[in-house]
Amino acid sequence: MAFVKSLRKIPFTARIGFFIILLNVAVSLLAPVISPYGETAIVNDVWMPSSEKNWMGTDQLGRDVFTRMLYGARNTISIAFITTLLSFTTGITFGFIAATLGGWLDQLLSRIVDILMAFPTLIFALMVLSLVGTSVPVLIIVIALLDSTRVYRLSRAVAMDIEVMEFVEAARLRGERTWWLMRHEILPNAMPPLVAEFGLRFCFVFLFIASLSFLGLGIQPPTADWGGMVRENAGAITFGILTPLWPAAAIAFLTVGVNLVVDWILHIASGLKD
Amino acid sequence: MKDIAIMVGKRFGLGLVTIVVISVLIFMGVEALPGDVATAILGQSATPETVAAFRKELKLDLPAHVRYFTWLKGFFKGDMGNSLANGRPVAGLIGWRFANTIFLASTAAAIAVPLAIILGIIAALYRESWFDKTISIGTLSAISFPEFFIAYILIALFAVKYQFFPSLAELNNQMPFWKKIYTILLPSLTLTFIVTAHMMRQTRAAIINILASPFIEMAQLKGLKKLRVIVLHAFPNALSPVINVVALNLAYLVVGVVIVEVVFVYPGLGQLLVDSVSKRDIPVVQASGLIFAIVYVMLNLLADVLSIISNPRLRNPR
Repeated sequence: MAFVKSLRKIPFTARIGFFIILLNVAVSLLAPVISPYGETAIVNDVWMPSSEKNWMGTDQLGRDVFTRMLYGARNTISIAFITTLLSFTTGITFGFIAATLGGWLDQLLSRIVDILMAFPTLIFALMVLSLVGTSVPVLIIVIALLDSTRVYRLSRAVAMDIEVMEFVEAARLRGERTWWLMRHEILPNAMPPLVAEFGLRFCFVFLFIASLSFLGLGIQPPTADWGGMVRENAGAITFGILTPLWPAAAIAFLTVGVNLVVDWILHIASGLKD
Repeated sequence: MKDIAIMVGKRFGLGLVTIVVISVLIFMGVEALPGDVATAILGQSATPETVAAFRKELKLDLPAHVRYFTWLKGFFKGDMGNSLANGRPVAGLIGWRFANTIFLASTAAAIAVPLAIILGIIAALYRESWFDKTISIGTLSAISFPEFFIAYILIALFAVKYQFFPSLAELNNQMPFWKKIYTILLPSLTLTFIVTAHMMRQTRAAIINILASPFIEMAQLKGLKKLRVIVLHAFPNALSPVINVVALNLAYLVVGVVIVEVVFVYPGLGQLLVDSVSKRDIPVVQASGLIFAIVYVMLNLLADVLSIISNPRLRNPR
């Protein structure tokens, strides 16, 4: 009952956010079922306007843009989600270790993170990709590593605050191990800010992957992804054909949705009462 | 005063260390490649002779630390080696492109900084008003929109539908100044839109923070006029965070140009970097990456130093 009650209290903007996220998730899961054509099937002439047959027209090779949008959701969102998960697991693990153990380990980790954060993210990613070449696993690992630095900073700071509380002290005197402390005492209490951060990091990672794909260095064709679709169809815009705006708008749409929910969670986490 | 000098000195030291570490990382990147760089770049089918010649070209036959110092010395003397793609000196490729990037970024900054500060202050003063709400919706969308989305909307509107501006920012050195500004107006507007949102949001937060402090309440309770409270009490204290915000966003701007340059096919350093990454032209990537990193670290350093200097509490210790 309490759950239903708290659902009712969700503000309007956050509801829109949830709706947008659910819509995107549903589309990603159901892409092969609902799309009218195959992901890379050529079905019509190049850059056709929208019609009965092709709802959003066709792209630079004559593929159905609507189909590519659905598959693009699947590819782009799943890769961004996996990257964020990896970044979070790494960031939180090291952040909590640094906070609970302290000492030289904390110093070492924090200095490494300082250096990584002093380096502009996009430039770092570009340099690594120039050396090892572009592939999805490389993309995921590089972006997760770069992004985990921010997660590390936050989770270390949050864990520092929780670590000095009496219940942690009590558990420690009980003889619990560090790993147990991190999982059962610190993690549950650090949840609200971390959940909000997950949303923010997802947005960042999602935009970052889209940008790299737009630069031609992310997810490689013929796999459909939103950033790459903008790049492939960019030439059309000078003829007044708005095809590249569809995937770009889809990226903006999902990011706005996540941000709306994050704002609401941040509001709750800050402990402010309406 | 002495404390400030020490603090500033420390930051400079830290900045210098960061740049050195970054340069080592950039250099080491090539070393860390699995297998041999030459074969990795030339491909498995390359003949041993080509590989040997290529190794000599990259000076791979010398030990790593020797190459690092030669590379670093060359970098600061303006000799950055030759491009692998076309054999031309890297310094020549980078020179005017870097100037173009700085030109684009500073044009955007010249519009964005005053705009963001004024809007941020107004939004903070009239909190929860319709103006503030419009601004927060605007910032939310600017943060959520990818740069290329904003850029293509601007192109579709102002270059294709109403043909006010060129859709490609083709710049050359013969152009008179105002013609140059006209050419790069759409890219700089794109950058302005993105940076203004961040700056405005942070300026607003900084000012609201100051307005909530006890000394402002004190001034209000003394019955001072609102304008006097803002100009003489709040502003000097808000200056430090605002300057910090501006410098941080300038750093963001210099790196944020990469995508905007690609959209508008602008002959800048970011465009060169992206091209060289796809061609795997390592010397160009290393040199332009290091330049970007140095500018970024310097601007962050500037943000730190300015916020130390402009903080009244640090300037007048008891």
